[in-house]
Amino acid sequence: MFAFIIRRIIQAIIVMLVIGFIGFSIQHNIGDPVRDMVGERVSEAERDALRDKLGLNDPFLTQYFRFVKNACHGDLGISYFHNKPTMEVILRKAPATLELVFVTSIIILLITFPVGIYSALYPTSWFSRFTMGASTIGVAVPVFLTAIVLIYIFGVELQWLPAFGRGDTVNVWGWETGLLTWDGLIHLILPSFSLASIMLPLYIRLIRSEMMEVLETEYIKFAWAKGLNRYRVWLLHAFKNTLLPVVTVFGVEIGILFAFTLLTETVFQWQGMGFMFLEAVERADTPLIVAYLVIMIVAYLVIIGVMFVVINTIVDVIYGFVNPMVRIAGTK
Amino acid sequence: MKTWQRFIDSYFLYSFKRDPVAVTSFSIFVFLVVISFMAPVIAPYSPYDTSTIDIMDSEIPPQWMEEGDERFFLGTDNMGRDLFSTLLYGLRTSVVIGIGAVLFQALLGIMVGLTAGYLGGRIDAFLMRIADIQFSIPYLMVAIITSAVFQIAFGVGRFEELALPLLVIIIGISEWPKYARTVRASVLGEKNKEYVEAARVIGLNRRLIVYRHILPNTLTPVLVISTIQVAQAVMSEAALSFLGLGMPITKPSLGSLINAGFEYVFSGSWWITLFPGSLLVTFTLVIILFGDWLRDVLNPKLYKG
Repeated sequence: MFAFIIRRIIQAIIVMLVIGFIGFSIQHNIGDPVRDMVGERVSEAERDALRDKLGLNDPFLTQYFRFVKNACHGDLGISYFHNKPTMEVILRKAPATLELVFVTSIIILLITFPVGIYSALYPTSWFSRFTMGASTIGVAVPVFLTAIVLIYIFGVELQWLPAFGRGDTVNVWGWETGLLTWDGLIHLILPSFSLASIMLPLYIRLIRSEMMEVLETEYIKFAWAKGLNRYRVWLLHAFKNTLLPVVTVFGVEIGILFAFTLLTETVFQWQGMGFMFLEAVERADTPLIVAYLVIMIVAYLVIIGVMFVVINTIVDVIYGFVNPMVRIAGTK
Repeated sequence: MKTWQRFIDSYFLYSFKRDPVAVTSFSIFVFLVVISFMAPVIAPYSPYDTSTIDIMDSEIPPQWMEEGDERFFLGTDNMGRDLFSTLLYGLRTSVVIGIGAVLFQALLGIMVGLTAGYLGGRIDAFLMRIADIQFSIPYLMVAIITSAVFQIAFGVGRFEELALPLLVIIIGISEWPKYARTVRASVLGEKNKEYVEAARVIGLNRRLIVYRHILPNTLTPVLVISTIQVAQAVMSEAALSFLGLGMPITKPSLGSLINAGFEYVFSGSWWITLFPGSLLVTFTLVIILFGDWLRDVLNPKLYKG
């Protein structure tokens, strides 16, 4: 476990250095920060002086190391467009994306578990057949198409739900949240359901197949033989054991949700990090792009690492409870 | 002739003919690919020929609707191009990028997988570590990052000119670890078998053993993932173009058409988005269904009891 954590950290550092290097060399080769700062009318000598002061005449590697050193202090440069530290710009946009992913995860859990379990218990019912068919098609539908269709139906034709933006937000200890206002919640419905649509088919299938597998095992047969109440067998014996693999996959794949926020946020003009990133690409705002990439990837690797450690610990603990053999071996 | 006869008698063809889903999806796939490549012949207009495009014709609804124009079967898009012709050309672009990207990522992945698997040791550890790291980042993220980097490096104008080959490279880069892992795993399984030892004992050189003896035996899993990867690549292309990081609107692909139509959804012009959208879904769906069948047939381990 310890070795794993160390390896993760080293990996994260290497990735960070590589991304930083690519980003930095692009930034280095394209555009002239001095011209961006002072315009055309300043004399050549003054420009050179400024360039010298900013350290732009230093060798490439020196500049790169300075960039890395600043990055370690949390200083990832200043956005050309916003004219503010990139860290600040990104942190201001983060709540929107985090809230979107949070609500989406809740929707996914609330829908996939009942539907997946039902279709495992009654695989021949019309509802199960329908969900299996729908989930096959669902895999082939790209998220932006779902989003556009939802906007067209609920936003344009029926006009029931707002089609873009975050609505009203309230500031709670520096966190701009849309979860506490009615308007904010209404604005969340379409984006979170479209984002959820990429995961729904996969998880329904996963839960269904895990559950069906568990239902075939010996201990379930034994539970039936004991004459237990069927809800007790289904929910307590079978469901409990499907939970672990499903939650594991969910924890690992949550990063995919973050990747797809780029698409959802563009469609709904959701003022989050993904929308900001694409705007930055359009404006060729290189410092902001590089900062976003570094933060995203580091955050991503850290999340995966933490998930792995947490889940492994939980597995160890649960095994101690579930499997008496482990417990006996432990007490000896 | 003999190979052909063997193919006709094979279990492969037999189970294909007995599976209606596989037959249907494969025929739709072939049909779509054929009509997209025959676009210059079938399509009444060419979206690349600016002399036939009139901006006054923009946003005309499909023929069967009230304001429809009988010249344009499926209506026109926001630039006044005939949507039916543009769809055909767009599908062709998507197909070319999809297949090209899969070939590129397969090439990259197979090279890495073969090298890592056969040589082992340090090289293996190094290459697989890179693959692992990239694998832990979602492919879409990698694709978006790469195209953002390319767009900045080439500049927007040049990027649009070179969009097609660049997209092949971008999607290829974002997906190669899947191939590398698959190939490496089967190389590890193959390399200690008797036939490889025999080849080594004869004194064949390493390159010949790897390419002529091991490679053919690792191709079944490659084929299985390749079908699904084509669907994946077409969808990545659509996603990138939708974000404005892929094909420009002047060179239609399914993604850039959906992107172009998106703004007009609010004014009620649903057809510009919906037709390319449903074409995209149909195309990826038939590939996925066919790929599922292929996986079941070629992978006896997965036979459902």
